[in-house]
Amino acid sequence: MAKLVMFCILAVVILGSATMCVMTKRIMRAATFLLLVLFGIAGIYFLLDYTYLGTAQIAIYAGGITVLYVFAIQLVSRRTLQGLIERVKLSKAMGGLLISLVGLATVLGVLLKNQFINKAADVASVEVPMKTVGMALVGSEKYQYVLPFELISVFLLACIIGAIMIARKEDDK
Amino acid sequence: MIPVAFYFVLSALLFFIGVFGFVTRRNLIAMLISVELVLNSADLNFAMFNRILFPGQFEGFFFSLFSIGVSAAETAVAIAIIINVYRNFKSDQVNRIENMKL
Repeated sequence: MAKLVMFCILAVVILGSATMCVMTKRIMRAATFLLLVLFGIAGIYFLLDYTYLGTAQIAIYAGGITVLYVFAIQLVSRRTLQGLIERVKLSKAMGGLLISLVGLATVLGVLLKNQFINKAADVASVEVPMKTVGMALVGSEKYQYVLPFELISVFLLACIIGAIMIARKEDDK
Repeated sequence: MIPVAFYFVLSALLFFIGVFGFVTRRNLIAMLISVELVLNSADLNFAMFNRILFPGQFEGFFFSLFSIGVSAAETAVAIAIIINVYRNFKSDQVNRIENMKL
């Protein structure tokens, strides 16, 4: 019961912040509401007893990516972006709303009619032990993930070098 | 115990709020923020399926973990491109950018 209450609070926070995030006209507020959404998702992970995943979410998303957004917003434009009031055409907004509602109806119809919802295992509420996560992350047996782990480290390095290459100022020769 | 349908409804709503933002907004950074919402709802679905339907395994857990890492890389590259676009076009509204080459 306590979990249900927590879930409802988190769901209200997530959905409200997400709605504000796409509706607000000021870009800085959108970034702030994104931060709230990310914290809410991390809370859902904690509720599912995936504490490691929730911590990674807070550390990488809320700590890293949001800071990137804020820096980009502050760097890109003093005049246009920070105080930017965006004009959204009503027809475009209506089109977007229509697409979203049709998609939502389809997805919810398919998911809620499906039978696997009833097969939910009654999970004992125990935290996933850190040793299990660590062993699976660096083991090379079946169902262990050392190869994706190494791949993603090289991938991150490559992407950050690529980002620096793209964003640096062209030196005039 | 929380019914499974609640999680589905939450992540589906989050996904389509993101889609709505992506279609509606005309600012490159706002569009990127909407994409983050969509990615988060997908991550949530992975973790939730893993925990509720197959609690003994960890595929969904690790998929979400790696997906968080990939989205960090994606954001870094996308923001670099946006800064560059702004520098060249003096605007980051997508409809002012008609062709990528100056």
